[in-house]
Amino acid sequence: MATAVPVLPEPQARALADAYASAVAARRMRGLAVLIAIVVLALISGYLAHVRPLTLFANIGNFGSFISRTIPDFSSGNPIADLRAWYWNFPGWLGLLGQTILIAYLGTLMGALAAIALCFFASANIALGRGSRIATRRLLEFCRTVPDIVFALIFVIAFGLGPMAGVFALAIHTTGALGKLFAEVVENIDMKPVEGMRATGASWIQTVRYAVLPQVAPGFASYALLRFEINVRGAGVMGFVGAGGIGQEFLVAIRNFYYSDVSAILLMIIATVIIIDMLTERLRHRLIGFEGAR
Amino acid sequence: MTDVTANPRGLGDAARADLGGLKQRHPGVFRASPRNRALAILIPLAMLAVAIIAMVLLDFSLVRILNGLSRLGRFAVLMIPPDAEGRAWAFTVALGETLGIAFLGTLTAAILAFPVAFLAARNVIPNIFVHFGTRRTFDVVRSVDTLIWALMWINVVGLGPFAGVLAIACADFGSFGKLFSEAIEATDGKASEGVAAAGGSKLHQVRFGLVPGVLPVIASQVLYFFESNTRSATIIGIVGAGGVGIYLTELIRVLELKQVAFLILMILVTVAIIDFISTRLRMAIIGKQKLS
Repeated sequence: MATAVPVLPEPQARALADAYASAVAARRMRGLAVLIAIVVLALISGYLAHVRPLTLFANIGNFGSFISRTIPDFSSGNPIADLRAWYWNFPGWLGLLGQTILIAYLGTLMGALAAIALCFFASANIALGRGSRIATRRLLEFCRTVPDIVFALIFVIAFGLGPMAGVFALAIHTTGALGKLFAEVVENIDMKPVEGMRATGASWIQTVRYAVLPQVAPGFASYALLRFEINVRGAGVMGFVGAGGIGQEFLVAIRNFYYSDVSAILLMIIATVIIIDMLTERLRHRLIGFEGAR
Repeated sequence: MTDVTANPRGLGDAARADLGGLKQRHPGVFRASPRNRALAILIPLAMLAVAIIAMVLLDFSLVRILNGLSRLGRFAVLMIPPDAEGRAWAFTVALGETLGIAFLGTLTAAILAFPVAFLAARNVIPNIFVHFGTRRTFDVVRSVDTLIWALMWINVVGLGPFAGVLAIACADFGSFGKLFSEAIEATDGKASEGVAAAGGSKLHQVRFGLVPGVLPVIASQVLYFFESNTRSATIIGIVGAGGVGIYLTELIRVLELKQVAFLILMILVTVAIIDFISTRLRMAIIGKQKLS
Protein backbone atom coordinates (compact mmCIF):
# COMPACT_ATOMS: atom_id res chain seq x y z
CA MET A 1 0.00 0.00 0.00
CA ALA A 2 1.49 3.29 -1.01
CA THR A 3 1.41 5.99 1.60
CA ALA A 4 0.36 9.35 0.29
CA VAL A 5 3.12 11.82 0.94
CA PRO A 6 1.58 15.24 1.39
CA VAL A 7 3.14 17.60 -1.11
CA LEU A 8 2.97 21.26 -0.25
CA PRO A 9 1.96 23.71 -2.92
CA GLU A 10 4.93 25.15 -4.77
CA PRO A 11 5.15 28.69 -3.23
CA GLN A 12 4.79 27.39 0.33
CA ALA A 13 7.41 24.70 -0.20
CA ARG A 14 9.79 27.22 -1.69
CA ALA A 15 9.37 29.58 1.26
CA LEU A 16 10.18 26.75 3.67
CA ALA A 17 13.13 25.60 1.60
CA ASP A 18 14.48 29.16 1.46
CA ALA A 19 14.13 29.56 5.23
CA TYR A 20 15.98 26.28 5.73
CA ALA A 21 18.69 27.27 3.28
CA SER A 22 19.20 30.66 4.93
CA ALA A 23 19.34 29.07 8.41
CA VAL A 24 21.96 26.60 7.23
CA ALA A 25 23.86 29.36 5.46
CA ALA A 26 23.89 31.49 8.63
CA ARG A 27 25.25 28.57 10.63
CA ARG A 28 27.86 27.83 7.98
CA MET A 29 28.92 31.49 7.96
CA ARG A 30 29.35 31.45 11.72
CA GLY A 31 31.34 28.22 11.55
CA LEU A 32 33.51 29.71 8.82
CA ALA A 33 34.10 32.88 10.85
CA VAL A 34 35.22 30.83 13.88
CA LEU A 35 37.46 28.74 11.64
CA ILE A 36 39.05 31.83 10.09
CA ALA A 37 39.59 33.36 13.54
CA ILE A 38 41.30 30.18 14.72
CA VAL A 39 43.49 29.99 11.62
CA VAL A 40 44.53 33.65 11.93
CA LEU A 41 45.34 33.21 15.62
CA ALA A 42 47.29 30.03 14.81
CA LEU A 43 49.32 31.86 12.16
CA ILE A 44 50.13 34.70 14.57
CA SER A 45 51.05 32.16 17.26
CA GLY A 46 53.17 30.25 14.79
CA TYR A 47 55.05 33.44 13.94
CA LEU A 48 55.54 34.32 17.62
CA ALA A 49 56.62 30.82 18.58
CA HIS A 50 59.09 30.52 15.69
CA VAL A 51 57.40 27.44 14.32
CA ARG A 52 59.54 25.91 11.60
CA PRO A 53 57.68 22.98 10.05
CA LEU A 54 60.66 22.32 7.78
CA THR A 55 62.93 21.75 10.79
CA LEU A 56 60.33 19.41 12.19
CA PHE A 57 60.10 17.42 8.95
CA ALA A 58 63.87 17.40 8.54
CA ASN A 59 64.44 16.26 12.11
CA ILE A 60 61.41 14.10 12.78
CA GLY A 61 63.67 11.17 12.01
CA ASN A 62 65.76 12.27 14.98
CA PHE A 63 62.81 11.61 17.26
CA GLY A 64 62.58 8.08 15.93
CA SER A 65 66.29 7.52 16.30
CA PHE A 66 66.20 9.16 19.73
CA ILE A 67 63.51 6.73 20.83
CA SER A 68 65.27 3.78 19.22
CA ARG A 69 68.56 4.71 20.87
CA THR A 70 66.87 4.73 24.27
CA ILE A 71 65.81 1.12 23.74
CA PRO A 72 68.28 -0.88 25.78
CA ASP A 73 70.63 -3.44 24.29
CA PHE A 74 69.19 -6.92 24.73
CA SER A 75 71.47 -8.76 22.34
CA SER A 76 74.02 -10.49 24.53
CA GLY A 77 71.83 -13.57 24.87
CA ASN A 78 71.51 -13.21 28.61
CA PRO A 79 68.31 -11.22 29.26
CA ILE A 80 68.81 -11.02 33.02
CA ALA A 81 72.31 -9.59 32.69
CA ASP A 82 71.00 -7.15 30.08
CA LEU A 83 68.23 -6.07 32.42
CA ARG A 84 70.81 -5.61 35.17
CA ALA A 85 72.91 -3.48 32.86
CA TRP A 86 69.89 -1.41 31.84
CA TYR A 87 68.76 -0.82 35.43
CA TRP A 88 72.32 -0.62 36.79
CA ASN A 89 71.29 2.01 39.34
CA PHE A 90 67.92 0.54 40.27
CA PRO A 91 68.20 0.95 44.08
CA GLY A 92 69.39 4.53 43.71
CA TRP A 93 66.58 5.44 41.33
CA LEU A 94 64.03 3.70 43.52
CA GLY A 95 65.23 5.78 46.46
CA LEU A 96 64.89 8.96 44.43
CA LEU A 97 61.40 7.94 43.34
CA GLY A 98 60.53 7.35 46.98
CA GLN A 99 61.85 10.82 47.72
CA THR A 100 59.71 12.21 44.91
CA ILE A 101 56.58 10.60 46.37
CA LEU A 102 57.44 11.88 49.84
CA ILE A 103 57.90 15.41 48.47
CA ALA A 104 54.47 15.16 46.84
CA TYR A 105 52.96 13.75 50.06
CA LEU A 106 54.36 16.43 52.35
CA GLY A 107 53.57 19.20 49.87
CA THR A 108 49.99 17.99 49.52
CA LEU A 109 49.52 17.55 53.28
CA MET A 110 50.88 20.99 54.18
CA GLY A 111 49.02 22.65 51.32
CA ALA A 112 45.77 20.90 52.20
CA LEU A 113 46.02 21.92 55.87
CA ALA A 114 46.68 25.53 54.91
CA ALA A 115 43.82 25.38 52.41
CA ILE A 116 41.45 24.01 55.07
CA ALA A 117 42.46 26.86 57.36
CA LEU A 118 41.90 29.47 54.64
CA CYS A 119 38.91 28.16 52.68
CA PHE A 120 36.30 29.09 55.30
CA PHE A 121 37.43 32.71 55.13
CA ALA A 122 37.19 32.64 51.33
CA SER A 123 33.70 31.10 51.02
CA ALA A 124 30.72 33.34 50.49
CA ASN A 125 28.45 31.72 53.08
CA ILE A 126 30.73 31.15 56.09
CA ALA A 127 33.18 34.07 55.74
CA LEU A 128 33.55 36.43 58.67
CA GLY A 129 33.54 39.63 56.65
CA ARG A 130 33.75 41.04 53.18
CA GLY A 131 37.23 42.46 53.57
CA SER A 132 38.87 39.27 54.86
CA ARG A 133 37.03 37.26 52.21
CA ILE A 134 38.40 39.32 49.33
CA ALA A 135 41.89 39.37 50.84
CA THR A 136 41.89 35.57 51.24
CA ARG A 137 40.63 35.07 47.69
CA ARG A 138 43.40 37.28 46.24
CA LEU A 139 46.01 35.45 48.30
CA LEU A 140 44.80 32.05 47.07
CA GLU A 141 44.72 33.34 43.49
CA PHE A 142 48.33 34.48 43.76
CA CYS A 143 49.47 31.13 45.19
CA ARG A 144 47.67 29.31 42.39
CA THR A 145 48.77 31.43 39.43
CA VAL A 146 52.51 31.48 40.10
CA PRO A 147 53.65 28.02 38.94
CA ASP A 148 55.12 25.72 41.60
CA ILE A 149 58.45 25.48 39.82
CA VAL A 150 58.89 29.28 40.01
CA PHE A 151 58.43 29.09 43.78
CA ALA A 152 60.94 26.24 43.73
CA LEU A 153 63.47 28.42 41.88
CA ILE A 154 63.20 31.10 44.57
CA PHE A 155 63.14 28.64 47.47
CA VAL A 156 66.20 26.80 46.22
CA ILE A 157 68.11 30.04 46.65
CA ALA A 158 66.53 30.80 50.02
CA PHE A 159 66.56 27.35 51.65
CA GLY A 160 69.44 25.81 49.72
CA LEU A 161 69.39 22.97 47.19
CA GLY A 162 67.40 19.93 48.22
CA PRO A 163 63.94 18.47 48.63
CA MET A 164 62.84 20.97 51.29
CA ALA A 165 62.53 23.73 48.69
CA GLY A 166 60.44 21.42 46.52
CA VAL A 167 58.10 20.57 49.41
CA PHE A 168 57.46 24.22 50.23
CA ALA A 169 56.97 25.14 46.58
CA LEU A 170 54.41 22.37 46.11
CA ALA A 171 52.74 23.28 49.42
CA ILE A 172 52.19 26.91 48.41
CA HIS A 173 50.83 26.03 44.97
CA THR A 174 48.61 23.34 46.52
CA THR A 175 47.26 25.85 49.05
CA GLY A 176 46.12 28.09 46.20
CA ALA A 177 44.63 25.34 44.08
CA LEU A 178 42.91 23.45 46.90
CA GLY A 179 41.82 26.60 48.73
CA LYS A 180 39.68 27.60 45.78
CA LEU A 181 38.16 24.12 45.35
CA PHE A 182 37.55 23.75 49.10
CA ALA A 183 35.85 27.15 49.22
CA GLU A 184 33.54 26.00 46.44
CA VAL A 185 32.74 22.82 48.39
CA VAL A 186 31.93 24.93 51.45
CA GLU A 187 29.70 27.20 49.37
CA ASN A 188 27.67 24.18 48.22
CA ILE A 189 26.77 22.87 51.69
CA ASP A 190 23.31 22.64 53.17
CA MET A 191 22.99 25.75 55.38
CA LYS A 192 20.37 24.31 57.73
CA PRO A 193 22.83 22.78 60.23
CA VAL A 194 24.74 26.09 60.27
CA GLU A 195 21.57 27.99 61.09
CA GLY A 196 20.78 25.44 63.77
CA MET A 197 24.18 25.84 65.38
CA ARG A 198 23.94 29.63 65.23
CA ALA A 199 20.51 29.50 66.84
CA THR A 200 21.94 27.60 69.80
CA GLY A 201 24.49 30.39 70.30
CA ALA A 202 27.51 28.45 69.08
CA SER A 203 30.68 30.40 68.31
CA TRP A 204 32.05 30.62 64.78
CA ILE A 205 34.63 27.91 65.40
CA GLN A 206 32.02 25.59 66.90
CA THR A 207 29.73 26.20 63.93
CA VAL A 208 32.49 25.33 61.48
CA ARG A 209 33.50 22.26 63.47
CA TYR A 210 30.06 20.71 64.00
CA ALA A 211 27.93 22.05 61.14
CA VAL A 212 30.31 22.55 58.21
CA LEU A 213 33.20 20.13 58.62
CA PRO A 214 31.14 16.90 58.68
CA GLN A 215 29.48 17.95 55.41
CA VAL A 216 32.63 18.89 53.56
CA ALA A 217 35.15 16.30 54.81
CA PRO A 218 34.58 13.71 52.03
CA GLY A 219 34.79 16.39 49.35
CA PHE A 220 37.96 17.80 50.86
CA ALA A 221 39.59 14.37 51.03
CA SER A 222 38.65 13.58 47.45
CA TYR A 223 40.10 16.84 46.08
CA ALA A 224 43.24 16.43 48.21
CA LEU A 225 43.82 12.95 46.76
CA LEU A 226 43.35 14.32 43.23
CA ARG A 227 45.91 17.02 44.04
CA PHE A 228 48.33 14.39 45.38
CA GLU A 229 48.16 12.70 41.98
CA ILE A 230 49.03 16.00 40.25
CA ASN A 231 51.76 16.76 42.77
CA VAL A 232 53.49 13.43 42.13
CA ARG A 233 53.91 14.57 38.51
CA GLY A 234 55.02 18.01 39.70
CA ALA A 235 57.52 16.57 42.18
CA GLY A 236 59.00 14.51 39.35
CA VAL A 237 60.26 17.66 37.64
CA MET A 238 61.27 19.60 40.78
CA GLY A 239 64.76 18.15 40.34
CA PHE A 240 65.17 20.19 37.12
CA VAL A 241 65.78 23.25 39.29
CA GLY A 242 67.59 21.35 42.06
CA ALA A 243 64.64 20.89 44.40
CA GLY A 244 64.95 17.14 45.00
CA GLY A 245 63.44 13.99 43.59
CA ILE A 246 64.12 11.97 40.47
CA GLY A 247 64.13 14.99 38.12
CA GLN A 248 67.79 15.84 38.63
CA GLU A 249 68.87 12.35 37.60
CA PHE A 250 66.65 12.48 34.51
CA LEU A 251 68.00 15.89 33.50
CA VAL A 252 71.57 14.63 33.80
CA ALA A 253 70.76 11.52 31.75
CA ILE A 254 69.08 13.44 28.94
CA ARG A 255 71.64 16.28 28.80
CA ASN A 256 74.57 13.85 28.71
CA PHE A 257 72.92 11.51 26.20
CA TYR A 258 72.85 8.47 28.52
CA TYR A 259 70.11 7.04 26.33
CA SER A 260 69.36 3.79 28.13
CA ASP A 261 69.20 5.66 31.45
CA VAL A 262 66.61 8.02 29.94
CA SER A 263 64.30 5.15 29.05
CA ALA A 264 64.92 3.36 32.34
CA ILE A 265 64.08 6.40 34.48
CA LEU A 266 61.19 7.45 32.27
CA LEU A 267 59.59 4.01 32.51
CA MET A 268 59.93 4.10 36.30
CA ILE A 269 58.30 7.54 36.44
CA ILE A 270 55.43 6.45 34.17
CA ALA A 271 54.86 3.28 36.21
CA THR A 272 54.82 5.23 39.48
CA VAL A 273 52.42 7.86 38.18
CA ILE A 274 50.03 5.25 36.78
CA ILE A 275 50.09 3.14 39.97
CA ILE A 276 49.40 6.21 42.13
CA ASP A 277 46.62 7.28 39.77
CA MET A 278 44.97 3.90 40.13
CA LEU A 279 45.29 3.81 43.93
CA THR A 280 43.94 7.32 44.47
CA GLU A 281 41.12 6.71 42.02
CA ARG A 282 40.05 3.65 43.98
CA LEU A 283 40.24 5.56 47.27
CA ARG A 284 38.27 8.45 45.83
CA HIS A 285 35.54 6.16 44.58
CA ARG A 286 35.22 4.71 48.08
CA LEU A 287 35.05 8.20 49.60
CA ILE A 288 32.41 9.33 47.14
CA GLY A 289 30.57 6.09 47.82
CA PHE A 290 30.53 6.95 51.53
CA GLU A 291 29.17 10.36 50.72
CA GLY A 292 26.43 8.91 48.54
CA ALA A 293 25.43 6.37 51.19
CA ARG A 294 24.88 8.94 53.90
CA MET B 1 1.85 12.77 72.89
CA THR B 2 2.87 16.37 73.58
CA ASP B 3 1.10 19.07 71.62
CA VAL B 4 3.97 20.73 69.82
CA THR B 5 2.08 23.64 68.34
CA ALA B 6 0.73 24.80 71.69
CA ASN B 7 4.06 24.54 73.46
CA PRO B 8 7.08 24.80 71.10
CA ARG B 9 9.45 23.69 73.82
CA GLY B 10 7.33 20.67 74.66
CA LEU B 11 9.02 18.32 72.22
CA GLY B 12 12.48 19.20 73.51
CA ASP B 13 11.36 18.84 77.13
CA ALA B 14 9.80 15.48 76.40
CA ALA B 15 12.92 14.30 74.62
CA ARG B 16 15.16 15.49 77.46
CA ALA B 17 12.99 13.73 80.03
CA ASP B 18 13.25 10.51 78.06
CA LEU B 19 16.97 10.90 77.22
CA GLY B 20 17.97 7.57 78.76
CA GLY B 21 15.30 5.73 76.82
CA LEU B 22 16.21 7.47 73.57
CA LYS B 23 19.88 6.56 74.01
CA GLN B 24 18.90 2.97 74.60
CA ARG B 25 16.62 2.80 71.59
CA HIS B 26 18.89 4.61 69.09
CA PRO B 27 22.45 3.92 70.21
CA GLY B 28 23.86 4.59 66.72
CA VAL B 29 22.78 8.24 66.75
CA PHE B 30 24.45 9.02 70.05
CA ARG B 31 27.71 7.13 69.70
CA ALA B 32 29.89 6.67 66.64
CA SER B 33 30.58 3.02 65.96
CA PRO B 34 33.89 1.81 67.43
CA ARG B 35 35.23 1.20 63.93
CA ASN B 36 34.55 4.76 62.75
CA ARG B 37 35.94 6.16 65.96
CA ALA B 38 39.14 4.10 65.62
CA LEU B 39 39.49 5.21 61.99
CA ALA B 40 38.97 8.84 62.94
CA ILE B 41 41.90 8.59 65.35
CA LEU B 42 44.15 6.17 63.47
CA ILE B 43 44.08 7.78 60.00
CA PRO B 44 45.28 11.24 61.14
CA LEU B 45 47.87 9.57 63.37
CA ALA B 46 49.16 7.48 60.48
CA MET B 47 49.28 10.54 58.22
CA LEU B 48 51.20 12.46 60.86
CA ALA B 49 53.65 9.58 61.35
CA VAL B 50 54.32 9.38 57.61
CA ALA B 51 54.77 13.15 57.52
CA ILE B 52 57.33 13.07 60.33
CA ILE B 53 59.22 10.19 58.70
CA ALA B 54 59.16 12.11 55.42
CA MET B 55 60.54 15.24 57.06
CA VAL B 56 63.40 13.24 58.58
CA LEU B 57 64.18 11.53 55.28
CA LEU B 58 64.05 14.80 53.32
CA ASP B 59 66.54 16.54 55.67
CA PHE B 60 64.19 19.10 57.14
CA SER B 61 65.99 21.24 59.66
CA LEU B 62 64.63 24.09 61.72
CA VAL B 63 67.83 26.09 61.31
CA ARG B 64 67.62 25.97 57.53
CA ILE B 65 63.94 26.86 57.61
CA LEU B 66 64.54 29.89 59.82
CA ASN B 67 67.54 31.03 57.78
CA GLY B 68 65.53 30.53 54.60
CA LEU B 69 62.60 32.51 55.95
CA SER B 70 64.81 35.44 56.88
CA ARG B 71 66.36 35.32 53.40
CA LEU B 72 62.87 35.20 51.86
CA GLY B 73 61.96 38.26 53.90
CA ARG B 74 64.98 40.07 52.49
CA PHE B 75 64.02 38.98 48.96
CA ALA B 76 60.52 40.36 49.49
CA VAL B 77 61.98 43.73 50.48
CA LEU B 78 64.29 43.69 47.45
CA MET B 79 61.31 43.01 45.16
CA ILE B 80 59.72 46.38 45.97
CA PRO B 81 59.10 48.33 43.85
CA PRO B 82 58.63 46.07 40.81
CA ASP B 83 60.59 47.61 37.98
CA ALA B 84 61.32 46.40 34.46
CA GLU B 85 64.57 48.38 34.34
CA GLY B 86 64.25 49.00 30.63
CA ARG B 87 63.37 45.46 29.60
CA ALA B 88 59.59 45.83 29.46
CA TRP B 89 59.53 45.36 25.67
CA ALA B 90 61.66 42.19 25.82
CA PHE B 91 59.31 40.82 28.48
CA THR B 92 56.27 41.65 26.34
CA VAL B 93 57.74 39.84 23.35
CA ALA B 94 58.51 36.82 25.52
CA LEU B 95 54.97 36.85 26.90
CA GLY B 96 53.62 36.94 23.36
CA GLU B 97 55.80 33.96 22.57
CA THR B 98 54.39 32.22 25.65
CA LEU B 99 50.82 32.82 24.53
CA GLY B 100 51.73 31.59 21.05
CA ILE B 101 53.18 28.39 22.50
CA ALA B 102 50.09 27.80 24.62
CA PHE B 103 47.63 28.46 21.78
CA LEU B 104 49.40 26.44 19.14
CA GLY B 105 50.20 23.59 21.52
CA THR B 106 46.59 23.32 22.67
CA LEU B 107 45.25 23.54 19.12
CA THR B 108 47.63 20.87 17.81
CA ALA B 109 46.79 18.56 20.70
CA ALA B 110 43.05 19.03 20.16
CA ILE B 111 43.26 18.40 16.41
CA LEU B 112 45.36 15.27 16.91
CA ALA B 113 43.32 13.91 19.83
CA PHE B 114 39.88 14.46 18.27
CA PRO B 115 39.92 11.57 15.77
CA VAL B 116 41.85 9.24 18.08
CA ALA B 117 39.41 9.80 20.95
CA PHE B 118 36.68 8.08 18.92
CA LEU B 119 38.82 4.94 18.91
CA ALA B 120 38.90 5.03 22.70
CA ALA B 121 35.13 5.42 23.10
CA ARG B 122 33.24 2.25 23.97
CA ASN B 123 30.09 3.27 22.10
CA VAL B 124 31.93 3.86 18.81
CA ILE B 125 34.42 1.00 18.81
CA PRO B 126 32.98 -1.91 20.80
CA ASN B 127 36.19 -3.91 20.30
CA ILE B 128 37.70 -4.05 23.79
CA PHE B 129 41.30 -4.39 22.61
CA VAL B 130 41.14 -1.25 20.50
CA HIS B 131 39.56 1.06 23.02
CA PHE B 132 41.43 -0.38 25.99
CA GLY B 133 44.74 -0.11 24.14
CA THR B 134 44.04 3.46 23.04
CA ARG B 135 43.11 4.42 26.60
CA ARG B 136 46.31 3.02 28.06
CA THR B 137 48.30 4.85 25.37
CA PHE B 138 46.64 8.09 26.47
CA ASP B 139 47.47 7.27 30.11
CA VAL B 140 51.15 6.72 29.31
CA VAL B 141 51.41 9.94 27.27
CA ARG B 142 49.60 11.83 30.01
CA SER B 143 51.81 10.62 32.83
CA VAL B 144 54.90 12.25 31.29
CA ASP B 145 55.18 15.86 32.43
CA THR B 146 55.26 18.76 29.95
CA LEU B 147 58.81 19.66 31.00
CA ILE B 148 60.02 16.12 30.28
CA TRP B 149 58.38 16.21 26.84
CA ALA B 150 60.11 19.56 26.29
CA LEU B 151 63.51 18.07 27.10
CA MET B 152 62.91 15.29 24.59
CA TRP B 153 61.68 17.61 21.81
CA ILE B 154 64.67 19.90 22.32
CA ASN B 155 66.80 16.97 21.17
CA VAL B 156 64.79 16.86 17.94
CA VAL B 157 64.09 20.47 16.91
CA GLY B 158 66.68 22.29 18.99
CA LEU B 159 66.29 24.88 21.73
CA GLY B 160 63.48 27.37 21.26
CA PRO B 161 59.73 27.88 21.49
CA PHE B 162 58.94 25.30 18.79
CA ALA B 163 60.05 22.54 21.16
CA GLY B 164 57.66 24.05 23.71
CA VAL B 165 54.75 23.89 21.28
CA LEU B 166 55.45 20.23 20.56
CA ALA B 167 55.85 19.46 24.28
CA ILE B 168 52.49 20.99 25.19
CA ALA B 169 50.89 19.28 22.20
CA CYS B 170 52.19 15.89 23.37
CA ALA B 171 51.33 16.27 27.04
CA ASP B 172 47.82 17.52 26.24
CA PHE B 173 47.23 14.88 23.59
CA GLY B 174 46.96 12.34 26.42
CA SER B 175 44.66 14.47 28.56
CA PHE B 176 42.44 15.47 25.65
CA GLY B 177 42.18 11.88 24.44
CA LYS B 178 40.91 10.80 27.85
CA LEU B 179 38.50 13.72 28.29
CA PHE B 180 37.16 13.61 24.72
CA SER B 181 36.53 9.87 24.81
CA GLU B 182 34.70 10.28 28.13
CA ALA B 183 32.59 13.05 26.58
CA ILE B 184 31.79 10.82 23.61
CA GLU B 185 30.78 7.95 25.88
CA ALA B 186 28.53 10.25 27.89
CA THR B 187 26.46 11.24 24.87
CA ASP B 188 22.91 10.11 24.48
CA GLY B 189 22.81 7.17 22.04
CA LYS B 190 19.40 8.10 20.62
CA ALA B 191 20.72 10.50 18.00
CA SER B 192 23.02 7.95 16.41
CA GLU B 193 20.29 5.30 16.65
CA GLY B 194 18.06 7.68 14.72
CA VAL B 195 20.69 8.17 12.05
CA ALA B 196 21.14 4.40 11.82
CA ALA B 197 17.37 3.92 11.50
CA ALA B 198 17.30 6.42 8.63
CA GLY B 199 19.87 4.28 6.82
CA GLY B 200 23.04 6.11 7.82
CA SER B 201 26.35 4.28 7.75
CA LYS B 202 28.67 4.03 10.77
CA LEU B 203 30.48 7.17 9.60
CA HIS B 204 27.18 9.04 9.24
CA GLN B 205 26.26 8.03 12.77
CA VAL B 206 29.45 9.52 14.12
CA ARG B 207 29.24 12.67 12.00
CA PHE B 208 25.55 13.49 12.51
CA GLY B 209 24.72 11.59 15.70
CA LEU B 210 27.77 12.10 17.91
CA VAL B 211 29.82 15.08 16.74
CA PRO B 212 27.11 17.76 17.16
CA GLY B 213 26.53 16.55 20.72
CA VAL B 214 30.14 16.46 21.86
CA LEU B 215 31.48 19.50 20.04
CA PRO B 216 30.39 22.10 22.63
CA VAL B 217 31.77 20.00 25.51
CA ILE B 218 35.03 19.52 23.66
CA ALA B 219 35.32 23.21 22.77
CA SER B 220 34.82 24.13 26.40
CA GLN B 221 37.51 21.66 27.53
CA VAL B 222 39.95 22.97 24.93
CA LEU B 223 39.43 26.53 26.13
CA TYR B 224 39.94 25.45 29.73
CA PHE B 225 43.21 23.75 28.78
CA PHE B 226 44.35 26.84 26.88
CA GLU B 227 43.85 28.72 30.13
CA SER B 228 45.96 26.29 32.12
CA ASN B 229 48.54 26.01 29.34
CA THR B 230 49.27 29.73 29.47
CA ARG B 231 50.47 28.91 32.98
CA SER B 232 52.56 25.88 31.95
CA ALA B 233 54.01 27.79 29.00
CA THR B 234 55.47 30.36 31.38
CA ILE B 235 57.69 27.70 32.95
CA ILE B 236 58.62 25.72 29.87
CA GLY B 237 61.51 28.12 29.27
CA ILE B 238 63.24 26.75 32.38
CA VAL B 239 64.56 23.87 30.27
CA GLY B 240 65.12 26.14 27.25
CA ALA B 241 61.90 25.61 25.33
CA GLY B 242 60.97 29.26 24.77
CA GLY B 243 58.66 31.78 26.33
CA VAL B 244 59.00 33.91 29.37
CA GLY B 245 60.47 31.14 31.56
CA ILE B 246 64.01 31.71 30.36
CA TYR B 247 63.94 35.29 31.71
CA LEU B 248 62.34 34.10 34.92
CA THR B 249 65.07 31.52 35.53
CA GLU B 250 67.95 33.80 34.68
CA LEU B 251 66.64 36.77 36.64
CA ILE B 252 66.00 34.65 39.74
CA ARG B 253 69.46 33.08 39.47
CA VAL B 254 71.18 36.49 39.39
CA LEU B 255 68.75 37.91 41.98
CA GLU B 256 67.43 40.78 39.84
CA LEU B 257 64.39 40.67 42.08
CA LYS B 258 62.75 43.93 40.99
CA GLN B 259 62.59 42.63 37.44
CA VAL B 260 61.36 39.25 38.71
CA ALA B 261 58.53 40.96 40.57
CA PHE B 262 57.64 43.00 37.49
CA LEU B 263 57.64 39.91 35.29
CA ILE B 264 55.50 37.93 37.73
CA LEU B 265 53.02 40.81 37.85
CA MET B 266 52.92 40.83 34.04
CA ILE B 267 52.26 37.09 34.03
CA LEU B 268 49.50 37.43 36.64
CA VAL B 269 47.77 40.15 34.61
CA THR B 270 48.06 38.19 31.35
CA VAL B 271 46.72 35.02 32.95
CA ALA B 272 43.83 36.96 34.49
CA ILE B 273 42.93 38.45 31.08
CA ILE B 274 43.07 35.04 29.37
CA ASP B 275 40.97 33.52 32.18
CA PHE B 276 38.38 36.26 31.77
CA ILE B 277 38.13 35.86 27.98
CA SER B 278 38.03 32.08 28.07
CA THR B 279 35.42 31.95 30.86
CA ARG B 280 33.23 34.29 28.79
CA LEU B 281 33.67 32.13 25.69
CA ARG B 282 32.96 28.94 27.60
CA MET B 283 29.79 30.45 29.03
CA ALA B 284 28.71 31.41 25.52
CA ILE B 285 29.38 27.88 24.26
CA ILE B 286 27.78 25.68 26.91
CA GLY B 287 25.57 28.05 28.88
CA LYS B 288 26.20 29.35 32.37
CA GLN B 289 24.41 26.70 34.36
CA LYS B 290 26.69 23.89 33.19
CA LEU B 291 29.89 25.77 33.91
CA SER B 292 31.36 24.34 37.02
